[in-house]
Amino acid sequence: MALISRGFSGRRSEADVKLPPGQYLTTDFPVLSAGPTPRVSLDQWELTITDGTNVLRRWDWKSFRNLPTDNFTVDLHCVTRWSKLGTSWEGVSLDTILADLKTSASYALVRSYGDYTTNLPLKDLMHKQAWIAFRFGDKDLAPEHGGPARLLVPHLYLWKSAKWVRGITLMEHDEPGFWERLGYHNYGDPWREQRYWGD
Amino acid sequence: MWRVGTVIALHDETPTARTITLEVPDWPGHLAGQHVDVRLTASDGYSAVRSYSIASAPNSERHIQLTVERLPNGEVSPYLTQELALGDRLELRGPLGGWFVWRTQQTEAIQLVAGGSGIVPLMAMIRSRVAAASDAPFRLLYSVREPEAVWYADELQALSAQDHSLKLTRAYTRVVPKNWPRPPGRIDAALISNTSWPAKLFPTCYVCGPTSFVENATDLLTTLGNSPDKIRTERFGPTGERK
Repeated sequence: MALISRGFSGRRSEADVKLPPGQYLTTDFPVLSAGPTPRVSLDQWELTITDGTNVLRRWDWKSFRNLPTDNFTVDLHCVTRWSKLGTSWEGVSLDTILADLKTSASYALVRSYGDYTTNLPLKDLMHKQAWIAFRFGDKDLAPEHGGPARLLVPHLYLWKSAKWVRGITLMEHDEPGFWERLGYHNYGDPWREQRYWGD
Repeated sequence: MWRVGTVIALHDETPTARTITLEVPDWPGHLAGQHVDVRLTASDGYSAVRSYSIASAPNSERHIQLTVERLPNGEVSPYLTQELALGDRLELRGPLGGWFVWRTQQTEAIQLVAGGSGIVPLMAMIRSRVAAASDAPFRLLYSVREPEAVWYADELQALSAQDHSLKLTRAYTRVVPKNWPRPPGRIDAALISNTSWPAKLFPTCYVCGPTSFVENATDLLTTLGNSPDKIRTERFGPTGERK
């Protein structure tokens, strides 16, 4: 039973009904990152899929951009409690990135320029649930939002959508990433409000 | 788990910012730089939660201080800065966050860079350093809009006057005090290189402020040779573009 805050009425909006518990709506696009924004030039950029030992797939920017893309509109939910609805992106589906790859792995560790990592079950990357996104709105993705390209897994809290993505390691066993080691929930489902350890 | 804190002191830092001291009987302690979630609940059950950095050092009294800036269209900050009264109780979750923290065992040079209300977690680090009698060399570069917008002014002044391993530099973006040597403007490479630890000392840098401030400050720090893995950031607010 929550404590009632004397004199607080709050500000509700029609959109609140679409929000996961404990979130509020913003029309801005806040930026949260643990360190400086890496500047990655397109001629240096690469994306690799590895099994931890061997590189299974590798793209440079040009070959990556030759992959078929999706335009998609999704809602974003950040663990710091803001949600942004109806954001439009262009990106390459992870179904395309991982197509026909034979693996016994069940988990993925996503790696970024700047050494950020995040982990998630491999199945959460499949079936049109995740993309490597490079355009936001009708613009190239800005560096502070993860450009040149970021993972987007909108059904999980946004820290799982690693900015400045450079690779994915496929793993038999789960391994916590950056924030998951520092107190954030291992899975991070906003609809079950899995923010922190113990939620 | 939500804890309950009782408001035992209120202090206005500026006309728009208030420091709230809470007594939290089951507070487990915290690290300088951590934050809490604060939950307000209306009588019909509607609730709103926001995160605030802790301004105080860990202490045995189980008191924590938050300094909250009133945002013009805020939902929670106007309540906390105008409505909340002594004796009121607040629900809190935390301490939270394990990255943007300074631990008293750290002995290396520390560069703090604050933009506006970004001073709060850095103030907790300064206070924690004092409370632990640490002699880790600290420098703070604190950028604010105008002289009236400085938080913790007297305390910072007193601390830096009596302790030469804590050096304080202020910068103003819009209005400067009389006879101030530097014209108003955002921090730049000259200011950072004149007032901050040189990169060759490998300082750990903590940068907190609005997004554009942090982007600018971290770009300057890396350009001056600081390694990105020695720079920890905490950003708030939007990038400026709207969609």
